[in-house]
Formats: sequence, C-alpha cells, structure tokens
Amino acid sequence: MSKPEYLLFDKDTKAIFWNLNRNAIQRMLDYDYVVGRSPSIVAIVAPTQSRKFDKFFYGTKEIMIPIYKSTEDAAKDFPEADVLLNFASFRTAYNVTMEALDIPTIRTIAITAEGIPERFARTMRVKAKKLGKWIIGPATVGGIAPGAFRIANTGGTIQNIINSKLHRPGSVGLVTRSGGLFNELSNIISRNANGLAEGIAIGGDRFPGSDFLDHMLRFEKNPQVKMMVLLGEVGGELEYRVAEAIKDGRITKPVIAWCIGTISKHFGGEVQFGHAGAKAGAERETADAKNKALREAGAYVPKSFNDLPELIRGVYEELHAKGEIPEIKEPEVPPIPEDYAKALKEGKVRKPTNFICTISDDRGEEATYCGVPISEVVEKGYSIADVIGLLWFKKKFPEWASNFIDMVIKVVADHGPAVSGAHNTKVTARAGKDLMSSIVTGILTIGPRFGGAIDGAAKYFKMAQEKEMDPYEFVDYMKNVEKIPIPGIGHRIKSIKNPDKRVELLKNYAKNNFPSTDLLDYALEVEKVTTSKKENLILNVDGTIGVLLVDMFRALGYSDKEIDELINAGAFNAFFVLGRTIGFIGHYLDEKRLDMPLYRHPFDDILYDVKRPEE
Amino acid sequence: MAQRGIREYDGKKILANNWKEYFGDEFIYDFKSILITPETDLEEIPQNYPWVSDTPLVAKPDMLFGKRGKLGLILFKKEKPGDVKWEDVKEWIKQKMAEETEINGVKGHLTHFLVEPFVPHKPEEEYYVAMTTGEDEDIIYMSAFGGIDVEENWDKVVEVRIPITASDEEIKKIISENVPADIKDKEKYADFVYRLYKLFRDLHFAYLEINPLVMVGNKIYPLDFVGKLDDTAQFVAGRKWGDIEFPAGFGRDLTPEEKYIKEMDEKSGASLKLTILNPEGRIWTLVAGGGASVVYADTVADLGWVKELANYGEYSGNPSRTETREYVKTVFDLMTRQKHSSGKPKILIIGGAIANFTDVAKTFDGIIDAMKEYADKLREVGIRIYVRRGGPNYEIGLKRIKQAAEELGLPIEVYGPETHMTEIVKKAIDDDTKEVA
Repeated sequence: MSKPEYLLFDKDTKAIFWNLNRNAIQRMLDYDYVVGRSPSIVAIVAPTQSRKFDKFFYGTKEIMIPIYKSTEDAAKDFPEADVLLNFASFRTAYNVTMEALDIPTIRTIAITAEGIPERFARTMRVKAKKLGKWIIGPATVGGIAPGAFRIANTGGTIQNIINSKLHRPGSVGLVTRSGGLFNELSNIISRNANGLAEGIAIGGDRFPGSDFLDHMLRFEKNPQVKMMVLLGEVGGELEYRVAEAIKDGRITKPVIAWCIGTISKHFGGEVQFGHAGAKAGAERETADAKNKALREAGAYVPKSFNDLPELIRGVYEELHAKGEIPEIKEPEVPPIPEDYAKALKEGKVRKPTNFICTISDDRGEEATYCGVPISEVVEKGYSIADVIGLLWFKKKFPEWASNFIDMVIKVVADHGPAVSGAHNTKVTARAGKDLMSSIVTGILTIGPRFGGAIDGAAKYFKMAQEKEMDPYEFVDYMKNVEKIPIPGIGHRIKSIKNPDKRVELLKNYAKNNFPSTDLLDYALEVEKVTTSKKENLILNVDGTIGVLLVDMFRALGYSDKEIDELINAGAFNAFFVLGRTIGFIGHYLDEKRLDMPLYRHPFDDILYDVKRPEE
Repeated sequence: MAQRGIREYDGKKILANNWKEYFGDEFIYDFKSILITPETDLEEIPQNYPWVSDTPLVAKPDMLFGKRGKLGLILFKKEKPGDVKWEDVKEWIKQKMAEETEINGVKGHLTHFLVEPFVPHKPEEEYYVAMTTGEDEDIIYMSAFGGIDVEENWDKVVEVRIPITASDEEIKKIISENVPADIKDKEKYADFVYRLYKLFRDLHFAYLEINPLVMVGNKIYPLDFVGKLDDTAQFVAGRKWGDIEFPAGFGRDLTPEEKYIKEMDEKSGASLKLTILNPEGRIWTLVAGGGASVVYADTVADLGWVKELANYGEYSGNPSRTETREYVKTVFDLMTRQKHSSGKPKILIIGGAIANFTDVAKTFDGIIDAMKEYADKLREVGIRIYVRRGGPNYEIGLKRIKQAAEELGLPIEVYGPETHMTEIVKKAIDDDTKEVA
C-alpha cells in the first residue's frame, strides 16, 4: 500500500470525509466507479449527526459509509486512510485541521472553506510543514489524480470529467490558484496534450497551506509527469518561487506558465479585477512582472491567455516527437447510472406514485391549502372554519356556513372535567405523561358513547327522513328495530320548559341564515313526539349539530349519498374531535399548572368482587 | 475578502475599548476622537464633546489614504501649531466636503474626518512602531525616529520577526533584546510594544502602524494610527472589534448603475460585480466567474483593444434568473444609450469557463429575458454577439440563446468547450478588422 513520497494520491488512497456533504461524497464515489477503483471514502465525520452511517451509490449498488463523531475515532478504525477532506465551515475548519494534523495516520488534508482567518491559515501551514504533512487549500476545490483519486467536486460533472480526460492519467502536472479555471485548464490540456497526471488548485487565499512550488517539486520527481502547467494570478509572490526553482535547476521539466490579471496595469489601483486576493500590492506582484520573471527563468510563457493552448500543444508535441510521452490506451468507461431525480427532471423516466394528495401542496415557493397560498389565507382574513373548509372539504365555505362551523367548534370545545375524555386526560397528565399522550387518552374515548351522538343523530334522522318515516314511525323503529335510544335526543336536566340555550342559538342561527333547514324541521317534529312522553327528551346540542350539518351540506350542494360517505368517513365526528381537543389541551395544561400528584382511585369507590376460579 | 483597512477613528476606538485588558494600568490612553461624516450635525458637537470648545484641535480626513500631512490635508495651525479652534475646524470640514479633491490621481469627495485634541510634544518623544504579517512570522518595526520622515530614516528602523507560534516569553525576549538603542526608556517601550503585539495578534490585525507614537511618562498618544484587519476573523474577534466598518476608501464616486449592481450583490447570495471602464467603448462583456472575467479583460487588453473595453464585471455563485436578467439589463441599458462614434456595431462578449455545477441553460434564460426586452434598442445601436460557455446543460443553453438572438434579428455566434475560452475575443476582433479591410 505504500506509495512514493512524491504521490499524495494513488488508486488505493482512502479518505475520511469531514462533514456529511452528500453531493460531494456521491460525486467522489461516482468517480471511483468510473475509473474502476474501490470506494475512496471509508468514513465520514459529522459530530452533530445522530446517525451511525449513510447510504451512497457505488455504480448501481448501494453501500454504507460509517459516520463518526470525531476524526480521531474514524482514524482509529481506518488507519489506512491518510487523507482528510476537511469540508467543515470556516468557523470549524481550523480546529478540525489542527486536530487532524496530530493524528499520525493522516498525511494530507484538503480544506475547502473560504474565509478562514489568515492567522489560522498561517498557523496550520507552519504546523503541517513542521510535521512534514500536506495541506491543500483553504478555499479550494482541491485537486485530482486522474484515474486514482478525485477530491470532492474537482472536475465538475462526470460528463465533463470524461470529456476532459480526467478519468485516466495523462502526462501533465497542473497547478492553479482558483478552482473556477481548473476545469478550463483541464479541458485545454486534454485537447492540446494528453491530459493531466495530477492537478492541484492551491486555493485563492493569501496563505495557502501548500503552494505552487511545493506541488511542482513533487511533479518533478514523479516520472508520470512530463510537463507542467502553472496558472498564476496577479497578487502575491508565490510564482517567483517557481521561477527561482527553474533557474536553480530544482525544476527541469518543461513549465508552461501564465499569470492572469495583466489587465490591471491599464487601470492602476482604481479598479478591482477578480477577487480581493488578486490585487497587486507592489510592482513585483503584477501579472506582467511575474510573467516576465517566469519567462526569464526559462518557463514557456505565452503572449496572452489566448495563446496558451497553442503553447501547450507545441511543448507536448515536441516531447511526443522525442518519444518521451508513452501512448495512452483509452480505457473503457462504464456508464454511470443516471440519478433518478435528474432523469425524472429531464423527462427520461417515470414511475407510478404511491400516494395521492388533493388538498395541499408544499412543493412551490409557499405551501398552499387547496390551492390557496397560506399568506393569502392570512391576508384575506380566512377564519379557522374557512381553513377547515379548504382542508377537509376542499371548499371555500360561504359566510353562513363558516359562521356555523365556528359556532359548532365553540360549542363543543369543552364540557367540564368529569366527562370521560377530559377525565382521562387529567389522569394521564397526573401520571406525569406528556401533552401528546395525555390528550390522546382523551381523544380515544370519543366514540359511540362519548361525543358520538353528532354522527348518530345525523345518520338516523337523515335515514328516517329519506325513507319518509313519520316521526311516530321513526320513534318506534328506533325502539323496536335498532333497539337504541335515539342519538341526539334527551338531556340530563334540560327540558322543553327549560330549554338549552346553546340549542336555541344554533336553531335560531340556522333558521335565519341557512338556505333550508329541512332535517332540523323533521327532527323538531320528532322532538314533539319524544317530549310528549318525557319532558327532557329534547333535541340536544349533539342532535342539533348533527342534523344541521346535514342541512348545511345539502345546501352546499352535496347529494344525500355524498353526505352518507362523509358521515361514514367520520367527518361529522371530526368537528367534535377538533373542538373538544381544545378542551383536552386546557385540562392537560391545567394539570401541569397545578402540578397534581399521581391519581389513585380510592378503594371505597370500587366494588371488589373477586373470587377464586372454580377448579 | 481578508485584509481590509479600517478608519483611524475605528482603530483608536478598538485600542481604547480593549485598553484595560491589554495595557492594564501600566499605560494610560485618554481616547478623545470624533468622527465627522456627512450625516454629522456639526452644531451638536460642542454639546456632545464639551472639550472641543476649550482645547486646541487637529482635523484630518479619515478615509484610509495616507500622507495626509504631505497632501496638506491636516489642519493643525492657523498662525502657529495648536491655535485651531472648533469654529475653524467646522469651516474647514464644510469646505473640504464641498470641493472635489484629487488623491493619487483619483478625483472624488472627502466625506469622513477625524477631529482630536492637539497634543504638543517634543520631536524626541515621537517614536515609531508598526506590525505586519509575513508568511510564517509576524514582523515588528521599531524606531526612535517617528513622524512623517520615518521613510527617510528607514535605516534606523529595527525589524524583528516573531514566529507565528511563539510563546509569550519568547515574544517578550525577542522584542526587549531588539529595542532600538536611541529609545530613552527601553524597558517601557518594549513593554508597550509587547502588549500592543498581543492585541495585534489576538484581534487578527493584518497591519498596524502608530506613527508618531508619543510616550510621555506612561501616557500614550497614538497621533496617527493605520490599521488593517483580517475581516474573515469577525467570528473570532468581532466582539473585541466592536461596531466598526470596512470603508471602501477614497475613490471615484460610483455611477448609479454600479451602485445598483452593488446593492443587488449585497442582498444576494450570488456574486454580481460591475465596473464601468469606458461607457463609450465598443466591447462589452457579460462573463460568468471571477477568474474567467479577469481572463477576458486580460485578453481584450492583450489583443490591443483595451481602449474599447467598456466594462468589467462578473456574475457567479448561481444567481437566480431574475438576478441575471436585472444584471444583464443594466449592461444593455448602458451599451444602448448611444451609437459608437465610429458608427460601427458594438461587440458583446458573453463568456465563461466550463462551469462545475451551475446550470448553464438556466443562467442563459436570464440573459435571453433581457435580450428580448432590449432587442429594439440593441438593433438600433448595432451589435454583434459572441458566446462561449461550457458546463452542465451548455448545449441546451447555447441552442436557446442562438435561437432567441436569431429570432430577434441580433447577429450571434455561439461556441462550447471545444473552442478555447478567449477565442471569441479574437474572433470578434478579427471579424471587425476584416470588415474594415
């Protein structure tokens, strides 16, 4: 597994990736697959991730890569990984690097973050040099060793990588500052020579962890590299080190060099060309001065960037003619399976969906309720009832219906602590349980015996009216056939002489505002019959709500069959569930406020009648 | 952005705010500085700073440029040094703000001034200290001869290098062993420099110069202060910096178009830059990417057409379609205001390198939107368009822009990565020369 000193990456290089950057990791694995090597990322470090691993594609196959909390732990499990790809943010990247430099198995660290303070960058640099380790960056896309190892996003899309022959080694060593022109240079080199042997973007900061010369000295020793291309920039003096090395013979291979930013001489210091680092502080730092120095040192320097390709071609062909450059057999490239998301976007694949949604949509700029953006719901003053209309029934309710639903929610919101739902909520809350558990125990009691009368009343009154039973017939039918009391009829205290005020309000509202109250009228006829038997057998609040909801839906244009479907689906019950949840939450919060201890039911309230089973 | 100059006022304020922590009671600094800006109500100054009424004053522009003494921009005397009163300062500042001033060949307006008490002192009390960052070391410059002639006396400046990882003891030793011989109280001076260096390091200064530094007993008067901070260290040292700004410095006033793009850039996550070089020029550029934009400008100049280069700028970092459209419209607006004096068509270079992951088709849609809006004007003024771009979806992008331009009757040539990036500059110039011949 050991590789020569001058190589930072080979086909067996394994790396630890700091930060769960799924796109960059997947791009590396795609590259690994294309060049036919094993996955280059062996571990991910992400201290804030709770997951133990993540899945990635290697070709069509899925693989699992473990996630660690610290670089140290990852390095302990993967001592063969000598590269750390530090994708931490500018706030964290320094600490991550300093820690990793102390790990003996890690030799090379690439840092992508932009905006690392210069003092930090210098400290990392000094420490790395002292330890004989390598830092690439900060503020760089990284680099690539074609056919062996790709740092994260270097080279762009797989298509571009293949077009620029970055999937197999060529004979040119490339160093640039910016990542932005790295692809362009790879492209030029693939078209005018035989592609890269290795390419490094040292990063745009003033104090890169390793500079042009550091890498070019490696290229000098690397027999695969036959010529080098240096793309420098206005600002800084790093290019002079290369000129010196050419002069004093530390670099003997042909170097083609160009510093961008020659424009600046025409506009003085007045115009900032390129990024801030690219500013000449002195005459020595201008692109022209550096191009001149490189030319004088013996590098091939074109007259302009536009002549760069020709110059590269010239040097390459000369070396080729001398027989110094071996022929390359172009490898076969396995197709990279297209990503489903991308193929879908481009209309290349389709698949049947598993779910359908017809009430809301969160895909656009803003989520919508039945097509209405939430901001519009607020701006146009929609009530809670209007929102219920949109999300439950996909309707913009007319005002009379909205107001009615609003009344219903208010009326059913609570009925004191003694009813089964509220009681359960209180007992659960007192057992120290959370909001969700407590109110759920309340909601779970809602059914045929508690709160179910709305559903029942709607169902039976509607059925009777449809079958044109007269009120007497209906009362008998319920007694003899269904054998249950009529849902929605009867009250503990209220009676015909002492009417329930809530019922009066609902009835009056409906009479005055509903287009028709057919079923209410029928129910009131039934009430006449039942109250003639017993004073308190009145149409109660549940019954009133049940029949009025039927009247409401009829007026909104629902057919009787559609209304039956709503009832069977639980839509009527839903008004009770929603309304009463308000009360349950109230009881829960009340318990928390009071901080009452665990509730234990008293013995004297239970009839104990326990016998041994018969033997 | 990294190293950025700060105002003298902010530099001194940083010193004052951190004085106790770094200088304790060993040294005393009475921070008395006022920053005057165009928004300052000069009439309120005597109320807020009563000392201006009974103290002789000094006033100077505070806009990052140096050599203010030599430029005659320090007000410290009328008849003799130390006789400047607040009324004089007020009049002087008003006058300077109103008139155009030329600094190092750039014309513009002075907007920010520093007002301080005049400090009478003897020349032998004027010291010099400066600190800067080298590669693996920091460099401290110390001299017993401060003042405006420090450059003439540079041979008397002692330069010491502090390794970036040096311990406090090492730093102390290096400084105290190298204090220039001409300094009277060496121990005190060394102690002050050591403390100042600690502040320099902790607060991520990239450059710091006090010249002259007047020391009277343990009283410190930093008569002039130049500072540069590493602005990327905001997250480390921002609290110690306090509320400071990084001004653009004295320069040509921005044109409304440049200002508009600058504001858009500040609001956006993408990068949008525009500088007008010559509004009468024939060659206009719309280039994606910072590096590429420099290369295109270089090439226009290298091919001898720098006088016709109308603008410099770039868009990158995945701007939205709307942002791209607004950016391009601003350029189109400028280039269609008048025909070129020669009557020849203008040349539009839509360039860029091979994008990594930016969707080329998407960004081109923004350009096409703007093209449609300005088609009439572009035709009227005469235009030839040359496009070169690579990257994801470049084929679709090139096809769309070609089709759109042709439908609008705008002559266009499009090229992909098979053509060298700057070749379109050469083609454009060649086509133009051919036409003449």
